[in-house]
Amino acid sequence: MEQAAAGPTDTFPKLLIRNAYLHGSRPSMRHKDLGIWQTWTWSKVLEIVRAYAVGLNRLGLKRGETIAIVGANRPKLYWSVMAAQMLGAIPVPVYSDAVADELAFVLAHAETRYAAVEDQEQVDKILSVMERLPKLKQMVYDEKRGLRDYDHDHLHAMDDIIADGRKALADPAVAAWLDAEIAAGKGSDPSIILYTSGTTGTSKGVVLTGERSIKAAADTVAFDHLTEKDVALAYLPLAWVGDHYLNYAQGLVAGFCMACPESADTAMADLREIGPTFYFAPPRTLELLLTRVMIRMEDAGYIKRKMFHYFIEGVARRYGERILNGQPVPLSGRLLYGIGNILVYAPLKNVLGFSRVRVAYTAGEAIGPELFAFYRSIGLNLKQLYGQTEAFLYVTAQPDGEIYSDTVGPACPNVDIRIADNGEVLFKSPGMFAGYFKDAAKTAEAMTPDGYVMTGDVGYFDEKTGHLKIIDRAKDVGKLNDGTLFPPKYIENKLKFYPNIREVVAYGDKRDFVCVMINIDLTAVGSWAERNNVIYGSYQELAGHPLVYDMIEKHVVEVNRSLAADKVMAGTQIKRFLILHKELDADDGELTRTQKVRRSFIAERYATLIKALYDGSQEADISTEVTFEDGRKGVISARVKIRDMATVPVAIPMGKAA
Amino acid sequence: MRAPGGPDVAVDDVLLAVEDVSLSFGGVKAVSDVSFDIRKGEIRAIIGPNGAGKTSMLNIINGFYQPQEGRITFKGETRSKMRPHEAAIGGIARTFQNVALFKGMSALDNIMVGRTLKMRRGFLWQLLRVGPALTEEVEHRARVEEIIDFLQIQAIRKVQVARLPYGMQKRVELGRALAMEPDLLLLDEPMAGMNMEEKEDMSRFILDVNNHYGTTIALIEHDMGVVMDLSDRVIVLDHGIKIADGTPDVVRNNQAVIDAYLGVAH
Repeated sequence: MEQAAAGPTDTFPKLLIRNAYLHGSRPSMRHKDLGIWQTWTWSKVLEIVRAYAVGLNRLGLKRGETIAIVGANRPKLYWSVMAAQMLGAIPVPVYSDAVADELAFVLAHAETRYAAVEDQEQVDKILSVMERLPKLKQMVYDEKRGLRDYDHDHLHAMDDIIADGRKALADPAVAAWLDAEIAAGKGSDPSIILYTSGTTGTSKGVVLTGERSIKAAADTVAFDHLTEKDVALAYLPLAWVGDHYLNYAQGLVAGFCMACPESADTAMADLREIGPTFYFAPPRTLELLLTRVMIRMEDAGYIKRKMFHYFIEGVARRYGERILNGQPVPLSGRLLYGIGNILVYAPLKNVLGFSRVRVAYTAGEAIGPELFAFYRSIGLNLKQLYGQTEAFLYVTAQPDGEIYSDTVGPACPNVDIRIADNGEVLFKSPGMFAGYFKDAAKTAEAMTPDGYVMTGDVGYFDEKTGHLKIIDRAKDVGKLNDGTLFPPKYIENKLKFYPNIREVVAYGDKRDFVCVMINIDLTAVGSWAERNNVIYGSYQELAGHPLVYDMIEKHVVEVNRSLAADKVMAGTQIKRFLILHKELDADDGELTRTQKVRRSFIAERYATLIKALYDGSQEADISTEVTFEDGRKGVISARVKIRDMATVPVAIPMGKAA
Repeated sequence: MRAPGGPDVAVDDVLLAVEDVSLSFGGVKAVSDVSFDIRKGEIRAIIGPNGAGKTSMLNIINGFYQPQEGRITFKGETRSKMRPHEAAIGGIARTFQNVALFKGMSALDNIMVGRTLKMRRGFLWQLLRVGPALTEEVEHRARVEEIIDFLQIQAIRKVQVARLPYGMQKRVELGRALAMEPDLLLLDEPMAGMNMEEKEDMSRFILDVNNHYGTTIALIEHDMGVVMDLSDRVIVLDHGIKIADGTPDVVRNNQAVIDAYLGVAH
């Protein structure tokens, strides 16, 4: 074992052995079971995984074969990944909430002969699509409940397999054989296949290799100074690249402890109990947490409420981020912030489970500047990263102290980024994928001839900060008639960050300038109207109210100003806007079921409005058919006003912007 | 998964037998001359229209009501009189039609209450929480945690029961009954007032309790679909009289049952 520990660590099993050797008595994994946190040290995990690997081999699993991993974040499923890798087999994690059909597709495509699953639910799901999986031979499961009376010819409890392997390992010959198997593993072998979620077409199996994965993880572990003393809560889907990278790969490289929540419902409470030092959450989760805090604060007593608002809005907003970034702050500001920390920020972070968080990341979609600033202002070192499965997550990440809400940071160490002529972001990184499983054509399509991966996202480097800005999906980005890049979602998002604005549709592709149609948020604008004695009888009336137009106009002016500050985007300032008389609705086909605007459909449906936006009219009549909740149809007619906007002149020369 | 047709049980595996039992309140006959048995390991349903005497029957079984006539044999012992706490010690646990939990206590504490009968150390020991009493509490807590895991209520472990939705309260109540490790579990309308999803969950749990712990279950339920799917055998009461007894299929096609439910004149 000592020999192996000293050798090259180009595969995960070798890293596991190294960790057992270096940090043998330190915790590797925790799991809350029956209300109590159970802990396994690195040496214990190594012992279990070795036994498990032998057990799986006795079941027939061999080098090069694939094994599906289906379930929530549980130690035994992570050990299934490790044990498979130890044998040189390739784990294929699948989202536990995938419907049977998706599951069948992945298992059939990956040609898995084995499956390691969490419980009866997953076993039933796989059994229900058995006829589509002729290759599947054996299944092992973690949770025994409800499975007692099942036919166990092809079904085994993981505990039994581990016990069986442990018995066999008592024979020194078997132990030696396993050592040889581990040593035979090469860094260039596939270590895992992660299937993309398939939002853009059918899902593809992204093949990653051990050596590249470890190199990438080593870079970011160094970047964020992660050590064996860190703790992360593994609550993100096992099959998502984020979990495999942030928790599994970084955990093995840095030797830190990965804690598995008791169940998906208890993750928030478990977060508090574990107090992780490394944390990742998508913007939606952060928003949900903030909303919960705000609602609870509304119910708090008078003094607490006043104190909260004073220290959050008055103090933290002014000084918090600057203190976190290490910028100069007046002494009085520091003092106030110190008091606020004792009275508000620290207790709040404790409630959220963020007390010990040293590094936190968010990614996946654009995060609102307010939301981002809130967490940073209370002292949470929240940063943004940009990446994708094909890169094994990281392409860019924000270094400590250089944080901006609208950038995703500079290229990570050893990552090479290039912007193509059409604005698409291309990269070459240490962790980049080896190819799509069984799909050389798609692999070739995703790469440039000189070996860069095409992300499908359009972005550019911000001149002031040198950070990458991602603006939109390449297929959605258009061009104005004068050749300026027009990323609709980027502009829409900027407006949507205002609580008063619910939905935005931007037009500009093959046009002379940019126009937007705006949906107001009835809750936010309604409560504003109530406070300001604005009387309205319907959504339509409120939407057309001149004072509402004035308010939205202010937002548009601000957005234009921020667009003008950016040389690349300055040409896309909004020239005209209107407020739609009805809410865009999935029932009318204007939104997808996941609440994304269907731009081209809306363009057809509201053709008269778009015509008016571009021909200079001050108002336009529109009547649209609507579908009511009970399925009846009706017609809404309205005269919609259009406002012209003054655009901010593009700042030339550079440096004097806004 | 449950084998079709239910477990094969020999006649001498009868857990509880009720013979010619009658109960009246003043002049009102709630139950008259009813006989049936409950076999070990089965799920036995008692159904019937409103006021048929279902809950009275359950109350007789767990000793809350004393029948004026008839005999009850539980675990081979025929008894004349029994108090509810004797029934509890004897291994009969129940849940109630209207949830009867300690509203101010957490879900965990409520289930802990179910362990009271199993506690060996006296009040003073428990109060001091030292030595053997502490060891004992740890053991009981472990058992309770198993039940919490079984019923998948980890997320509400420490939540005050009054703040829980109704379906969850029902689950906690089932947990408390299970904590007694009963031989016979009486469920009084476990699915009353639940939505479809909650009913499905509860059905799953009832089957799991039966399968996993081997607990014999007697349940009263209004939802016919649930009863027919869950039970091995069904008794139908109407106006305190047993009008049918048998497997769900037999009962479903029984003319007297159909009449009772459709309200044909008697």
